[in-house]
Amino acid sequence: MRETPLSNCEREFILNFIAQQKRLDGRNAYDYRDLRIAFGVSLGCCHVELGKTRVLAQVSCEVGEPKQTRPHDGVLYVNVELSPMACPSFEQGRQSEEGIELSRLMERCLKESRCLDMESLCIVSGEKAWHVRVDIHVLNHEGNILDCASIAAISALAHFRRPDVSVHGEEITIHTLEDRNPVPLSLHHMPLLVSFAFFSQGKFMLVDPSSKEEKVMEGKMVVGMNKHRELCTLQVTGQMLLLKEQVLRCSSIALTKVTKITELIHEALDKDKQARLKGEKHGFAMLVSGDRVTANRLPTTEVKVDTLEISDEMERSQSSSEDGESQSGNEPMEEQIVATPKESAVEILTKGVGVIGEGGTSTWLDIPQADSKQTAAKKRKHKLEKMEEGIDDEGSSEEEEKVILK
Amino acid sequence: MAGMELLSDQGFRMDGRKPNELRRIRFKKGVFRQADGSAYLEQGNTKVLAAVYGPHEIRGSRGKALHDKLLINCQYSMATFSTQDRKRRPRGDRKAQEMTSHLKQTFDAVVLTELYPKVQLDIFVEVLQSDGGNYCASVNAATLALMDAGIPMKDYVIACSGSHMRDTPIVDMNHLEESSGGAEVIMAILPRCDQIVFLEMNSRLHEDHLSGVMDHVMVGCKDIFNILNQQVQDELCQKTELDKIVTTG
Repeated sequence: MRETPLSNCEREFILNFIAQQKRLDGRNAYDYRDLRIAFGVSLGCCHVELGKTRVLAQVSCEVGEPKQTRPHDGVLYVNVELSPMACPSFEQGRQSEEGIELSRLMERCLKESRCLDMESLCIVSGEKAWHVRVDIHVLNHEGNILDCASIAAISALAHFRRPDVSVHGEEITIHTLEDRNPVPLSLHHMPLLVSFAFFSQGKFMLVDPSSKEEKVMEGKMVVGMNKHRELCTLQVTGQMLLLKEQVLRCSSIALTKVTKITELIHEALDKDKQARLKGEKHGFAMLVSGDRVTANRLPTTEVKVDTLEISDEMERSQSSSEDGESQSGNEPMEEQIVATPKESAVEILTKGVGVIGEGGTSTWLDIPQADSKQTAAKKRKHKLEKMEEGIDDEGSSEEEEKVILK
Repeated sequence: MAGMELLSDQGFRMDGRKPNELRRIRFKKGVFRQADGSAYLEQGNTKVLAAVYGPHEIRGSRGKALHDKLLINCQYSMATFSTQDRKRRPRGDRKAQEMTSHLKQTFDAVVLTELYPKVQLDIFVEVLQSDGGNYCASVNAATLALMDAGIPMKDYVIACSGSHMRDTPIVDMNHLEESSGGAEVIMAILPRCDQIVFLEMNSRLHEDHLSGVMDHVMVGCKDIFNILNQQVQDELCQKTELDKIVTTG
């Protein structure tokens, strides 16, 4: 399904906003969205939420033959699946350029950075070795899939345990999970990717672009680093021309982000380990937050609406009203009262219609304009005369005349 | 690999070059008569052919036409005999597709696309012999082919690769040095403006070394630019029988 393109108004709005050093969701230029890492019940399953972008990574392994060019190493496969579940514009049967770019970047981040010790995956040199497979599924696309996927992949690799192998001479035994405790994979370091979006020919730069910002950006730079200040991968894409200083600045920003995220990953891993040791509940059940209302009544929410001006006006007009019946006179009073313009004050237009904030005049209702107090006073007198004639009607509406604005 | 050192104690590399020495570059423009522009480039043992067709009407789906810009269509392929082992390379290979998209992005940024709305430009690159620096040789050959076709560009696009080995930055790596596992930085720049069009880095490199390697690669790119520019201008002088071409800037 083709994605609806971004309208020119939206595009200009976002670009102007960015030029003023602001972002749509109120973040700073170098801020990440909320990051949540959770592990599943099975080992090697990791679910990461970066804002609303969700990625699930699963690590699995099986025994196979090593590559002929590298008989002493195991094999690592990395696969990124973009399904229409993430975004309607993704098609089944990954062939899109974006999918290939993502796959290649994840491959380079994990394989070519040598984060996983491949020699430890060898069982019998030249004959048997472990094939480790990392499958990354994108569940929801709200911008910056790459960072999310790299965090998920590394966390899953750190979480995974492979079956233990013992070699006795010619005999190789692969122990089952009940027989012996599974063994973790040996990760040398944790390479993480940080994405930067560039706007206006490289003048403005944002970290962790959301999906709208991604549609507007001119170029993207991906920096893969680990916390030891080693660059694992770097890629500049898009149609912009950069200077060397910008690249170096990005790498230093990436370092701070990567250190923070690595700490987060270690924390999450520790928490999961503790939960498993104590036998507590662990897994995705803790992560899912339902937005369902599970009760008959929603708790009353406090809405702050400033109404001081109106009550003041009401008291003043009550004392000065010619009509003895203040209650029945209130209704027409409120109709005519225009609250002194203050930012959060409610402006009453007609019965049951209030206006808060700017918005211009309504073209749907025929609302009498109460611009000046003189005309208002005139109208008040006019209405009062009407009131005196039809008091009976007023009596019935006494209950509803008190407009509740708390 | 025992016994084979990529950088000897005297400071020479496997093929006898010094760390900042480039491989021999030879090229020829206009090798095809049917193509609008073509070039053949050799960088050491890496041999690349590039052909440019266009700008012409969009073939295939009209939906792909860009209303305000030129659509650049790239195709990168390696001949089956280009590497040491003969491998049947399907066109849809992941690495080839990645290379294709990188080439497309590089030239999208450099060609003056606003001058040709709603039309298409084809760039075909074929690697005849691969000995490291495939992307760099492809970009350099495609630049020459675009010049041969008369497509307006902001500047030459020159690409070069570099690495950091035993505390020495080296430039223009061959296949052996690339596959040894050290970090590899590939940059495509506009040599006269010092602007980076494309940057890619593989394997691990410490942040402190990045600046030095980038500087060396930029110098390597500028050297390649001088070599190419010199010969291009000489050929042009011969054709037009001028004494020399006055360059501004």
